[in-house]
Amino acid sequence: MEDKDLKKENHVDVKVAEAGSYDPRIIAFVCNWCTYSGADLAGTSRMKYSDNVRVIKLPCTGRIDPLFIVEAFKKGAKGVLVSGCHPGDCHYTSGNYHSRRKYATFRDLLGYFGVDLDRVEFSWVSASEGNKWVSVINEFTDKIKSMPGKSTDIFTKK
Amino acid sequence: MARIGVFVCWCGSNIAGTVDVEKVREEAAKIPGVVSALDYKYMCSDPGQNSLRNIIKEKNLTGIVLAACSPHMHENTFRKAAAKEGLNPYFVEIANIREQVSWVHENKERATAKAVDLMKMMVEKVKRDKPIEDVRVPLNKKALVIGGGIAGIQAALDIANGGVEVILVEKEPSIGGKMIQLDETFPTLDCSSCIMTPKMVEANQHPNIKLYTYSEVEDISGYIGNFKIRIKKKARSVIEKDCTGCGECWNACPMHKNIKSEFNVNLSERTAIYVPFPQAVPLVPVLDRSVCLHFKKGGKCQKCYDACGPKCINFDLQDEIIEETVGAIVASTGYDLMDTSMYGEYGYGKYKDVVSGLQFERLLSASGPTEGVIKRPSDGKTPQTIVFVQCVGSRDPEKGVPYCSKVCCMYTAKHAKLFAHKVHGSQSYVFYIDIRSTSKGYEEFVRSTMEQDGAIYLRGRVSKIYEDDGKLIVKGADTLSGNQVEIAADMVVLATGVIPKQGSDKLAQMLGISYDKYGFFTESHPKLRPAESSTAGIFLAGMAQGPRDIPESVVSGSAAASKILGLFSKNEYEVEGTIANVNESTCVACFYCQRVCAYNAISKKEIKDRSGKLIKVVANVNPGLCTGCGACVNACFSKSIDVKGFMDDQIYAEIKALAI
Repeated sequence: MEDKDLKKENHVDVKVAEAGSYDPRIIAFVCNWCTYSGADLAGTSRMKYSDNVRVIKLPCTGRIDPLFIVEAFKKGAKGVLVSGCHPGDCHYTSGNYHSRRKYATFRDLLGYFGVDLDRVEFSWVSASEGNKWVSVINEFTDKIKSMPGKSTDIFTKK
Repeated sequence: MARIGVFVCWCGSNIAGTVDVEKVREEAAKIPGVVSALDYKYMCSDPGQNSLRNIIKEKNLTGIVLAACSPHMHENTFRKAAAKEGLNPYFVEIANIREQVSWVHENKERATAKAVDLMKMMVEKVKRDKPIEDVRVPLNKKALVIGGGIAGIQAALDIANGGVEVILVEKEPSIGGKMIQLDETFPTLDCSSCIMTPKMVEANQHPNIKLYTYSEVEDISGYIGNFKIRIKKKARSVIEKDCTGCGECWNACPMHKNIKSEFNVNLSERTAIYVPFPQAVPLVPVLDRSVCLHFKKGGKCQKCYDACGPKCINFDLQDEIIEETVGAIVASTGYDLMDTSMYGEYGYGKYKDVVSGLQFERLLSASGPTEGVIKRPSDGKTPQTIVFVQCVGSRDPEKGVPYCSKVCCMYTAKHAKLFAHKVHGSQSYVFYIDIRSTSKGYEEFVRSTMEQDGAIYLRGRVSKIYEDDGKLIVKGADTLSGNQVEIAADMVVLATGVIPKQGSDKLAQMLGISYDKYGFFTESHPKLRPAESSTAGIFLAGMAQGPRDIPESVVSGSAAASKILGLFSKNEYEVEGTIANVNESTCVACFYCQRVCAYNAISKKEIKDRSGKLIKVVANVNPGLCTGCGACVNACFSKSIDVKGFMDDQIYAEIKALAI
């Protein structure tokens, strides 16, 4: 049992070392009430997760302008995460629905711009789901790391 | 020019253990516009706050960034400290380097890099902060209570006793709601009218309560502190101030057949001019024009008019519209019983002796159609065997509703108990799924119904009820013994589930409050704000929120009242200033913002020149209703609306600060 845990930990170390070679930046737009609190809970619970993510807090996912996502890619982000309250739980009644609908229509345009749609992730993380936040971030980071770094080139200044 | 101060907190070793705080401070000092950068062991401590205040003064800061714990933790602390030095409290931004950096990452170098990034983002954000003033909304210190059942009456009385004027609007001719229809109440068996009537009278006579019965709220506009209400007072055809309630009119009315009494749930008849029940408050009859001969036969009959001593019957009275302005509202519209026609196998409506729980209450009640003697509706005989069927409609997602109606277990136990008390030697059977008796004294009450009053409880459902030789044959399952049972009963009482009052969804739409898929009003927070609706200034009480019993309804009425009294203890209502703001010069009046606003906070505003000529129409944000969610910002094509504290240029600056 202990050996296994040790191996697991070593495995994490290896990953971090690899990350040194390819260190993609991920920007997460999150709502203040559910996901931001969920991320805080992950902290108070001392859970560990990938450090590639940078969180931008907004009152509600309904405040997230699709152009923020474009801007994030333009400034070099390799992945963008949008996360808010679960459907039905929105602090502002319906902001997450607006957000979801907006993204559904915006997706195609984003693809047309040349963004690999796998680089944009939507999730619902509630204030009690610190563990979900951790797995969302880790899985998304792994996914981005597994993708070739150049596919958002048209948005990258370099 | 921005003069920003950056304060990096160690939080003991909580942050400093994983983040190189000195490095964060050094990086901060390099950012253009940052005039002071400091790190300290505990920024939230008194010395920490004092150094923050001193530097604000010394360096004449225009904004501060704290790289510290989550803003949910100490944002307010630092805002207050800044405000003490005369800095607008919204010029304080927090970079969360504890919960979202030091506690979740292990590699110090990488954690430090992330902390620096977050700090930079906040510096760029604070540079673009605009001063925000909290909005103060004046309050009209008057309350409206919609619905005069026990919850509404309790709310009205508590508010009125707090010295605030209340308008109590009731749709029916009398206040009292469902509770006044009940016979005795569980678990103490005190008679419902004995405890309810004094409250009704008190509400009617209270100098601070203005009572409108037989009236409906027709329109509501406005916001917290300033709701404009239109009440339709339906034509009663009786001049209220002159009526003595003597009863000559309804005694004289020739229409005493075929009009079912709503109060007695169709078990008796009433006249065309009537009071719903003898203790009605106000004791003023209503003339039901849909059945009155005077209105149906062209004015020939005026027997009530002739009989009336004070001559207060007036056939020409019209509906009246009353306009009021109030500062707060309680929605306590109560409930209805579910229609049970989908349970054809129970024969409700087909067999006269299959009745609903509320009908059985009327049969038990001394003021009911049988004057408290239990007589079955078909032939007036006193039943010896009654089968009670629980969960008719409740907890049945297939045909009824999935939720538990909460009161049925208890009132069925009460029915069985009262039946045993009134008809000696009788026998009752109760079909149940589970017995839910969780309040004070409830479990003991159910136990005593089983043990002392001999009610036989059968765990299982009823499959069919049919008539055979004057008896109702009830076929069901007793799942505990595994047997099919067949009981020949004289009467069957269905514990019908409860649903929100018909039309409560329309009222909710009018009020701009949210309701669940069943139509029950939803509270602002199910645990922490159970008395508040989603809209500021509108409070909830009673069964309109969901199934609950009398004590809970009273508690919720009092809770709503105390919230309102608390609100009215100040002259103004303070709203956080982080709300939407319209740029009137660029607004093109498309009103997409209005469509996405969940709070009805956006209205049309006309801009006129000096001569009164209309120049343009623009969107206008009502600070009393806006919550600052920002949905409107993204709906705006012309980029004319923004949310203070989360403005577009700030978000873009945050993203830019991360540029690789």
